[in-house]
Amino acid sequence: MSFEDWIFSLHLLMAATLVGSLVMSWIVIVALRSAGTPEATLNLHRVAMVGTAATWVGLVGAITFGIWLAILRDAFQVWDGWVIAALILWAIATVALQRSFTEYAKPVKQARALERGAQSDERVDFIALNRTSAGLLLRALASLAVVLIVVDMIWKPGA
Amino acid sequence: MLAAIRPDNQSFALLLHLVGATVAFGAFLASASFLVLARGDTRLLRLGYYSLLLVAVPGLILLRLAGEWLYRLQNWNKLPDQFDEPTWLQIGFIVADWGALLLLVALTVGGIGVYRMRTGKGGAGLLRGTMVSALVLIVAYAVAVWAMTGKPS
Repeated sequence: MSFEDWIFSLHLLMAATLVGSLVMSWIVIVALRSAGTPEATLNLHRVAMVGTAATWVGLVGAITFGIWLAILRDAFQVWDGWVIAALILWAIATVALQRSFTEYAKPVKQARALERGAQSDERVDFIALNRTSAGLLLRALASLAVVLIVVDMIWKPGA
Repeated sequence: MLAAIRPDNQSFALLLHLVGATVAFGAFLASASFLVLARGDTRLLRLGYYSLLLVAVPGLILLRLAGEWLYRLQNWNKLPDQFDEPTWLQIGFIVADWGALLLLVALTVGGIGVYRMRTGKGGAGLLRGTMVSALVLIVAYAVAVWAMTGKPS
């Protein structure tokens, strides 16, 4: 295997990590929809953290090795239309994921506060908090952007 | 740069193959994480098992069917007998087929574990076997991605 083959392989491994972690995050999101207590929320958060870490590794790794590969390969250039489209979609996915993680962190913060014994005047509805529609929409947007990146990478429009 | 330039008629089969592979990979990752981090929580143990049953199995079926379609589109089935299939292809088949067998064993053992948990006779130990299988499958799929993209030999 040449050096270029290794970079290509690592690029795809990072892409697989990114998409795999998104699949995992959807499993956790579905499980969260019936998490009605602080304990259940925190237990699922432990698992979600693994997916979040894998997502960041995938996002950073895929873009780093992808740009490196575009520089190494004579057939591609970073300014090719399909590469620019992938970069824009990657940026959309990154921002949407970051904001989605923030939304899903809100019930975790509440659950931790309750665990520490903080008093609340009203009963916290964890089912409603864990079913955040903003978090769900942002995660769906990020997933759509990642799927479009995969389609763009396979068909390479304009290449 | 997901794939090298290839005939357009193979692109859809490749997309389905990749979708199947990443769905299965994500399910293994989720299952292993639920089972490793369960700390005795029966809900997480069950989620670990059902991630494999309801997500990994459909992903694996899609991966295998689309892979077979791609195999035929690329005419590997018409390779003359005197030639061996390349190593990367053999690794792909080993991971997909032996991985499916391992998944089947993990689901059987885990299914007994989930049943025993429901009837209050333990079962967490059996799900530990499912957890180990999920971890093995994560490593095997990473090796398969490396082999099928880097194409050693």
